[in-house]
Order: sequence, then structure tokens, then C-alpha cells
Amino acid sequence: MFAELLQYLLSGLTIGAIYALAGLGFSIIYNASHVINFAQGEFIMIGGMASATLTASGVPLPLAILIGCGGAMLVGVAVAKFAVERARNASTVTLIIITIGASIFLRGVAELVWGKDFKRLDAFSGETPIQVLGASMQPQSLWVVGTAAVLIVAIGLFFNRTLTGKAILATSHNRLAAQLVGIDVKRVVLASFALSAALGAVGGAVVAPITFSYTEMGIMLGLKGFTAAVLGGLGNGPGAVVGGVIVGVAEALGAGYISSAYKDAIAFVIILAVLLFMPNGLFGKRGTERV
Amino acid sequence: MRKSLLATIAFTAMTAMTAASGLLSGAAQAADPIKVGAIVSATGPASFLGDPEKKVLELYADRINKAGGVDGRQVQLTVYDDGGAADKAASFTKRLIESDGVDVIVGGTTTAATMAAVPLVERAGVPFISLAGAVVIVEPVKKWVFKTPHTDRMAAEKVMEDMKKRGLTKLALLSEDSGFGKSGREQTLAVAKERGIELVADETYGAKDTDVTAQLTKIKNTASAQAVLVFGLGQGPAVVTKNYRQLGISLPLYQSHGVASKEYIRLAGGAAEGVRLPAAGLVVAAQLPDSDPQKKVVTEFTKVYEDSFNSEVSTFAGHAYDGLMIALDAVKRAGGTDKAKLRDAIEQTKGYVGTGGTVTMSPKDHMGLTLDAFHMVEVKQGDWSLVK
Repeated sequence: MFAELLQYLLSGLTIGAIYALAGLGFSIIYNASHVINFAQGEFIMIGGMASATLTASGVPLPLAILIGCGGAMLVGVAVAKFAVERARNASTVTLIIITIGASIFLRGVAELVWGKDFKRLDAFSGETPIQVLGASMQPQSLWVVGTAAVLIVAIGLFFNRTLTGKAILATSHNRLAAQLVGIDVKRVVLASFALSAALGAVGGAVVAPITFSYTEMGIMLGLKGFTAAVLGGLGNGPGAVVGGVIVGVAEALGAGYISSAYKDAIAFVIILAVLLFMPNGLFGKRGTERV
Repeated sequence: MRKSLLATIAFTAMTAMTAASGLLSGAAQAADPIKVGAIVSATGPASFLGDPEKKVLELYADRINKAGGVDGRQVQLTVYDDGGAADKAASFTKRLIESDGVDVIVGGTTTAATMAAVPLVERAGVPFISLAGAVVIVEPVKKWVFKTPHTDRMAAEKVMEDMKKRGLTKLALLSEDSGFGKSGREQTLAVAKERGIELVADETYGAKDTDVTAQLTKIKNTASAQAVLVFGLGQGPAVVTKNYRQLGISLPLYQSHGVASKEYIRLAGGAAEGVRLPAAGLVVAAQLPDSDPQKKVVTEFTKVYEDSFNSEVSTFAGHAYDGLMIALDAVKRAGGTDKAKLRDAIEQTKGYVGTGGTVTMSPKDHMGLTLDAFHMVEVKQGDWSLVK
């Protein structure tokens, strides 16, 4: 009985860490530009596909991840520069739709570059399951959770200790004021896209051994990441992480104790409930809508 | 008198001209191309099925034309890509029937696409050979609808036959929430009842799930289960296989024919060792005994496919090949492309040896395959091996 519960929790934690990484990407871009970037899932896909295909052709894993990250950052900057920035004066809804367009475009390009089949990436440190009190987990799960934790701490430090990070934060609080004190808001937006693309790509690389990588892997991960971000309060980094873990664990428990048929529905029920009852999420700031 | 002579000449000339033009049009008809329409999901989620299907149809239409066509008539192939969407499949079927005026339609990569096309071909009266798996396509029999792939019911029967041989009677089922998995689940439930196999667990997973340990934990804790059957397509079954080994479940694991491609072994890696599944002869071409009637056909098809596309042959490519060949064979026997005669000829297909097995259709059976068409295979050292 206890082993069963522990197994569900471990499964939930692994999946939740992936959602958390995706959710964090949403939050960073939302902070800098108030855009919900639905191409976030595609950054994950680029990271996963690049690392899987590059290692398959003999590139060492760390280098492959770095290249994937670099590629995703370039794509992220391109999306910001050529799609989002050009429509700067459009409404937020228009900008969101532009990112959906960008995501479809990126999937199409990825299909041309990498083909339609699934790619396999070997687990970083073997596949011998780790036994914990009767439950078991893949060693790769530790990589996912560990990488998520390191990245989350790094992002926290970046925002609070570096000038660029503080500039992004300042822009999120008040765009006009930030501009007045000499922050180049355009560059902040570009930096935030590059940052969340890199975050997504690293996430994609560490989850690829568990999920396999294919050009459509970003769709569901992106949506679940969005759920995590909304649940935690859009724009709140730690909130997105907590949100991700909650969604992951709720899914695993739901599949285990209620019915596996409703697993995906659970995430979306959560998002509906959050939007209806606490639109600011768990940790969101109370309504500071600017007029 | 002169007037009537003139009239006679004019009349004769006219008759001659009409006759000549009639002759001309007759000649043109004999050389008219055989119009084969196809709807496949070359892009979208089912592209791993539809893409090889499309390639094979084009390859073989081309090869047949280069070799002089069928009865001196060229094959004119029109392929549309429905992107995996059933509504698109329906509108392309309409286009094939109404504006392209095709003689026969091959396709419908997925069951959903096929079922969307069925009412249209039934109404228009166009022979239709589906490439999708589910049993609902040919049961109950529809006048104009045929199919080439094995059904999910046959897969379930083959698996349970193998279970009986091993003395196992209690099965845990894990099926995918896709069309393929849902239909597979229904058939498994039905066959289990007939064959006296008890279903002790009935779980599902999402086609895009990245972790199914929750469902497998439930199965693991079902003490009475003696074997596990997974019904799914694509990466899902590979995820299941990995999680299965992760949890250290030691029961025999069966998969459906939906994963009978090397991609499954590659994705699941070492975890796939010992997994059993029913597969078409094409998958184990090299291992078939020489006495097997399919040996020659599948060996040749594999060679042509792999030389042309530099990629591994898939059973789905084989279904498309069978569909096209059955249609063209029927054109030969019907002596033309009259739709009603063509339909009858397809229904009378007898002893056609294809990649899926030996096909003998009848008014009651629009698929024509028996359980012998499936071979039980086991994954051994990263390759398929026939279970004797």
C-alpha cells in the first residue's frame, strides 16, 4: 500500500519536474514582455531532438546539449526579433496568437530537418532502476529533478544578483519606468526569449531519454507547462515550479487511484479551477492591472 | 435525282465520320489510364504509417507503368494527404470521386479516416480498399469496402492462442486511448470471453504519455495476473515496455501488431527483450522457411523497398502494396474498370499472396486473411525471432 503510494509520488515528481521547467520558461517571457509564449514547448523539442540526433552521429553528450541550447537560443531570439517585436503595438492576444503560429512553423521546420520518426537518446547514467522502499525509479528521473533544481536556483540567482537579471525584473514591474532609467527594453525581451529557450532546450535534453524525442513532443509538454505556470501564478518563478510538481503528482495519483483514462483531463481541470476561483494562481500578485 | 445522290453522299460521309470518330474514341478508351485514387496520412500524427504508404504507392505505380502498365493501360495515381484528420479524408474522398473520377480508391491510413470515407464511397459506388486495422471496417460487410491489414481481433486471438499454449489464462490489459487502442480493447474483451481467458485488469494510457508507471503499478499489484497485453501504436508501447522493466514486473509481456517495426525495438532498447507480438510475414522475411508461400513475395518487396528508400521496410508499406496489387489484379480479371465489375472482381480475389498473407475474399469476408497470416515473434538480442 505504502509502496504503491510512493511509486505514484515518484512518478509524479519526475513528470512534475519536466512541467516545472516548461512552466518556468513561460514565466520568464511573461515577466519581460507580458506575452504567453506558446512556442515554449518547441524549445523543449529543439533541445531534445538536437541532443538525440547529435549524439547518434557521434557528438559527445555535453557538447550536443550545448549545441542544442545554442540553437534553441538563436531560434528564440529570432522568434522575438522577427515575430513578436515587429508586432509590438498589437494587443497581447495578437502576440499570443503569433507565438502559436511560430510554434506551428517551428514544428514544420523540425519535421523537414529531422524527419517524423522518434529519436532515442540513451539515459545519462544507465537504466538500472533504483529501488526506494519498494518503489522504483529510473536513474534518469534523478537527472531531471536535479537539473530542474539546479536551473531553478541558477535562475533565481540570475534575477537577484546580476544587472541583466535585475533589468528584466524591472521591466516586468514597470516597462515605462524601466525605459526611463535607461534599460533597453527591446534587448530585455530578446534576452528573456533566449533565456527561456535555453532553459527549455536543457529540459528537452534531460527528459528525452524518458519521453523519446519527436517533433511533436513539445505540444503536450508546453500545455502542461502552461498549466503549471498559471497554477503557480503567471510570472512567478518559484510558483511555476511548485505548480509543475503539483500537476505532475496530481496526474500520477489520479491515474493510479481514479482512472488512467482521465489522466490528461486532470491537468486541464486544474487550470479551469484556477482560472475560475483564483485567477492569480497560488502565488500570484493580487490584481495590479494597469489601465 | 441529283439531290438524292448528294444527300446519299453527305449521309455516307457523315456515317463514315461518325464511325471513324467512334473508332477513335474506342481506341482512346483502351489506352485510358486506370485512375487509382489514394488518401493517406503522409503528415500528422499517423505519418509513420502514411508516409511509407504514400511512397510505396508512388513507387509501384511508377514501376508498373514503366513495365507497360496493366493490359496496356497506364496507372494514373492521385494521392491526397489528409494530415491525419478524418474530416479532411472525407473531403478528399469526395474530390477523388467527383472531380478526379477515379476507378478505385486505396487508402484511409487510419480507421477514423476510413470510416469517414465509407459513406461517400458506398453512396457513389466506388471500390475502396482501406489500409487501416480495425475490424469495424469490414464487419458488418459493406458492399464497396475492403481492407488489406490484419484486424485487431486477429491480433487478440493470436495472443490468446499463444497464452493458452503456455498455460496462461489470466490477462491484464493496458490499452492506448487512441482509435487503434480503443478498438483493440473492445476486441480483446470480446475474444477473451470466447476463448475462456479471464481479464483481471483493464487499464488505459494516453498516446502521448511519457510515464505509465502508475498504471503498471496497479497491474503489478493485481496478484492474479499471469500475462500483460499492451494495445497501442508509436512511442507509447515503447514507454510502457521501459516502465515495465523499471518496475521489475516479471510476467510475460505481449504487444499488438501495431509495434511490429524495428523502431519499437530501437526505442525500447534492452527493455524489449522477451516481448512477444503477432506480426506479418514481412517483418520476419529472412526467417521464414522456404516452403512458406509468402517467402518470395516478402523478400522481393523488402529488397525493392529498401533499395529505393534506403530505409527499413514497414508492414504499413506492405498494406499499401497489397491494396494496390489487389486492385490492379481485379482490373485484369474484370477486363476493365467498370466499377461494379471491378468490385465483384475484388470480392472474388482468391489465393493472392501478398505481404500480409494469403488473401481469399468472399461476399462475407472483405479482408480475406486467416489467423495463419500472423506469426508469433519474440524479441531476442534486438531482433525479431519466430516463436516455434
